[in-house]
Amino acid sequence: MIDLSVDLGFIRLKNPVIAASGTFGYGQEFAPFINLDDIGGFVVKGLYSQSRPGNPPPRLAETSSGLINAIGLPGIGKKRFVEEILPQLRKYNTALFVNVCGEEPEEFAAVVDYLNGFDGIAAYELNISCPNVKKEGLCPALCPEDTFSIVKLVKEASRRPVITKLSPNVTNIVEIALSAQDAGSDAVSLVNTFLAMAIDTKTKKPKIANIMGGLSGPAIKPIALRMVYQVARNVTIPVLGIGGIMSGLDAAEFLLAGAKAVEVGTANFIDPEATVKIIKQLEQYCLTQGVDKLEDLVGTVDVSF
Amino acid sequence: MQKDPSARIVNAKSWGDYFLLSIESPIIASSASPGQFIMVRVSSLDYPLLRRPLSIHARKQDTIEIFFQVSGLGTTLLSQKTAGDSLDILGPFGQGFSIERDFNDKDAALIGGGRGIAPLYFLAQELLGRGAGVVVFYGGKTQSDLPLIDKFQKSQFPVFCSTDDGSFGFHGFVTELFKTETEKKSFEFVYACGPEAMLKTTGQLCRQKDLQAEFSLESKMGCGFGVCWGCVTKINGKVGSEWQKTCEKGPVFPAENIVWPNEDK
Repeated sequence: MIDLSVDLGFIRLKNPVIAASGTFGYGQEFAPFINLDDIGGFVVKGLYSQSRPGNPPPRLAETSSGLINAIGLPGIGKKRFVEEILPQLRKYNTALFVNVCGEEPEEFAAVVDYLNGFDGIAAYELNISCPNVKKEGLCPALCPEDTFSIVKLVKEASRRPVITKLSPNVTNIVEIALSAQDAGSDAVSLVNTFLAMAIDTKTKKPKIANIMGGLSGPAIKPIALRMVYQVARNVTIPVLGIGGIMSGLDAAEFLLAGAKAVEVGTANFIDPEATVKIIKQLEQYCLTQGVDKLEDLVGTVDVSF
Repeated sequence: MQKDPSARIVNAKSWGDYFLLSIESPIIASSASPGQFIMVRVSSLDYPLLRRPLSIHARKQDTIEIFFQVSGLGTTLLSQKTAGDSLDILGPFGQGFSIERDFNDKDAALIGGGRGIAPLYFLAQELLGRGAGVVVFYGGKTQSDLPLIDKFQKSQFPVFCSTDDGSFGFHGFVTELFKTETEKKSFEFVYACGPEAMLKTTGQLCRQKDLQAEFSLESKMGCGFGVCWGCVTKINGKVGSEWQKTCEKGPVFPAENIVWPNEDK
């Protein structure tokens, strides 16, 4: 029996596979396909204070082994989430993370302050890195000072651990990760999507109404992996690796690069059973490696040649 | 909704760039209703990445059919599948056509344009099974866009055909054909699927004639089951218009609730 559990310091997950925000709805949508108790955890769709309509369509464009989206974070808002969804989610024996959004730093803190009053949430994931809500991908995670001040404000408001979700659209992601750590973030998750574009050559229009969107899927995996490797070597808080993970071996690469856990996103669209398959494949990988504690693999990439 | 990774193609037919696949999938066939769709994985590799949404064209016991036109890489790969191939499908998804209604001894009009004819065969089958009268209007640009004529004509309901170039049937749009027919007889309900221009005109005609209608809409989808929020359509609800997920609240919507692009600006 392989021990797949991983310790994030503030919580021990039964396995390192978490379903990523924006790709897993509010969780229950996957109940017809998988037993939610089997996965390490899931992050619900980003929550603002109020409900939001999101961006006009077209919101999606498929590219080579990737997907550009500019959904624009539509959602039901914090109150309806707590009243309609959260009570349904408490029955699951898995870690529930709430992805928290805000137009301004104070809104992040207000959402967290509101959610503090309700049970059943393991931690907050701060979405300071969505490229689709302001012009040309502008978001707090592009700037170390903005990252620091927003994380600090939220940490003061929060009675739960905080994971800061980072943007890859920066020159030096380590600098941003260190800002989040210095401000008290309990972990960092990376990466959010890459600011991207596609054009329909017939109509000469961008394939997305928002003009630009965020690229996800296997196309981004090597770049995401590089960033996780860089960050994991430079921070002391746990790193959650995200970016194009489709298989157990993809997940294993992120663990070897230093991620304590991974988030699986776009794969959920293509195969709603992706998370549980990845867990089984990780277990198989441990067997072939002769490892009986998966956690022992974290950060063991051998860079000597 | 379920996943059927062991569905199998039992028959494949083609007419130019139109294709019909019969897929053996007892679990999906048994729960499907007209207007619903399936998500088909066209490649086991990472490109093309996403599944393709395809409406269910027909049901025969344990088998469902999909009918599609090749329009890109995904449908090209799907068109290359042959009998005996397995197919990874999810479904059935979405809100289909409302068929449990009283037709007051009048007929239902089914209007399909080009590949939009796809869900209407299943609908016609089910309506006939419930004793409703069905009249089908089937239009295309040219004769080769009406590959299902024989299939529809073998059924026990009138089929009116049109082509934009006059190469087969009525010379003109299928909506003109439908309009002419509404002047001769009254319909109880209208179901339509096809290009946006066809649906908009059909919607205007239905408003003028005070006819209730439902339209099945096409949309690019990331998942098909409501978690990506990618496939939205603007729909008039109780509290004004809002973006609704085509996969979850549709693909069939009451015609009068659809806000067409550029209509609300």
